[in-house]
Amino acid sequence: MTTTSAEPAAARPALGRRAAISAKHLRTDRWWVEPVYTVVGLSAWLIWGLVHTLLIRDYYFIEGPGYHYLTPFFSPCVNVECPPDSALLGRWAPSWVLPYAILSLPLLLLFRLTCYYYRRAYYRSYWLSPPACAVPDGHAKYTGETRFPLIMQNLHRYAFYAAVLVSIINTIDAVRSFWGTEGFGFGLGNILLVGNVVLLWAYTISCHSCRHIVGGRLKHFSRHPVRYRAWTFISRLNTRHKELAWITLGTLALVDIYILAIAAGWFSDPRFFN
Amino acid sequence: MARHTFRVWRGDANGGQLSDYEVEVNEGEVVLDVLHRLQATQTPDLAVRWNCKAGKCGSCSMEINGKPKLACMTRMSTFADGETVTVTPLRTFPVIRDLVTDVSFNFQKLREMPAFAPPPGLKPGEYRMQQVDVERSQEFRKCIECFLCQNVCHVIRDHEENKPAFSGPRLFIRAAELDMHPLDARTDRKEFAKEEQGLGYCNITKCCTEVCPEHIKITDNAIIPMKERVVDNRYDPLVWLGRKIFRRDQMPGYLGGPTQERLPVSEIVADRAGANSPYGDDITFPLPTESLTYEHTKED
Repeated sequence: MTTTSAEPAAARPALGRRAAISAKHLRTDRWWVEPVYTVVGLSAWLIWGLVHTLLIRDYYFIEGPGYHYLTPFFSPCVNVECPPDSALLGRWAPSWVLPYAILSLPLLLLFRLTCYYYRRAYYRSYWLSPPACAVPDGHAKYTGETRFPLIMQNLHRYAFYAAVLVSIINTIDAVRSFWGTEGFGFGLGNILLVGNVVLLWAYTISCHSCRHIVGGRLKHFSRHPVRYRAWTFISRLNTRHKELAWITLGTLALVDIYILAIAAGWFSDPRFFN
Repeated sequence: MARHTFRVWRGDANGGQLSDYEVEVNEGEVVLDVLHRLQATQTPDLAVRWNCKAGKCGSCSMEINGKPKLACMTRMSTFADGETVTVTPLRTFPVIRDLVTDVSFNFQKLREMPAFAPPPGLKPGEYRMQQVDVERSQEFRKCIECFLCQNVCHVIRDHEENKPAFSGPRLFIRAAELDMHPLDARTDRKEFAKEEQGLGYCNITKCCTEVCPEHIKITDNAIIPMKERVVDNRYDPLVWLGRKIFRRDQMPGYLGGPTQERLPVSEIVADRAGANSPYGDDITFPLPTESLTYEHTKED
């Protein structure tokens, strides 16, 4: 507890100034590893996604009696150039409109861009604000998310609503890929597509906005037992939101590269049934 | 027994420097033990604030090898043999002397917050609530006010000019604690968090959660839920429209309908600094003895 001294002001040390420590930070551990990995991982994924969506080839694989896979990067395919079987929501976008999944990709990008985990990742790694804890901010001035454009991060929940719709489309894609013109059948690609969709759902519903909407906004859990149970479930998933964010980047890339590989004829898709 | 070099910042607000000390370390000791050994042997005038030595009082906050930590909970066994250990005061707050800083900023911010406000007519002793309703708030009551989260937060650590507008993570968990409290009747806490506490300055880089010695999930369980509650209140057009049409009583700034008494909206405009007294603002101390409701036991 602080006591008040009765000595004259001149004898007291000057107050109100921080300790004059010349070093910008004194961390001795490898604090820069995480930002570097983040930049490398996110940049690689973004470049790959950009390259494949602009290449416009080998995104749809069809074999035998109508068994087909559509990569999530092109789903739903709405361009007039899309193969007719791949177009879940019709083909109406003019051929010069890119990407082919013009309905979903911008929304998915927005969902991940405004996601609370990715915000932490890119504010730290790309914007250096701060690069690591107790390491100085790379900027002289800071207003956080109080002004345009960063105040728009508050609209994350709308991106979440859109991501739910896109996840439904991805689920329909995954289910449709089990059915050819002669009935049910599946191969390795189906398993990858289903795994990807399950993990995408896990990432989507573990979102902080979803946790809030489902039950976090309530003041009295006891009056809403069902919402409380849902909130508890989502809270458990939410603790893994960061891991799910990275895992789904991985599964999206894996499924995309797998479909590209079999569509380009690098190897054939192993069929397990029909 | 091992020997370590301790580099300790010595000085006050007029200046200072890192001073090196060779010191012996025994098995099982923590950084605070070594600082006490320095006081006892080499530098009796070293200023260190400490109290419980058990990680529960939050006094011995400092920066050890550049990381904000409690000195009493940082084991010497976590350092390599012969590793130099650098100990500095908290950077975000004004230094008083050596490792002791003036953390009154945090108490000032705390005083500016409206206190817990039970519904009108409910007296102390009549509070009833269900465990499931209050357990979110209870996580935040674990806070020991070590202010490591306040210290590490780059919003004020690297930008002194943000201090008037930004309260910091410790105060955000207080805001969440009260806003989620089943018996707190105030409806303006989200507005207060946005306008007065500067919740929007937080860019959720989670350093507060990383340094919390009580492992409170500050960002996930307090700051993000408060940001989402502010979105409900301020940025969500669907919620706004729904309230405008169906639930006018939930509109921000609503002052009560016919069944509700008019409540004060903010204590900012009150005639006194800080929160209202839990005893009531119309009471002055010491209380007149005739108004006391108890009697001293009489001696036989």
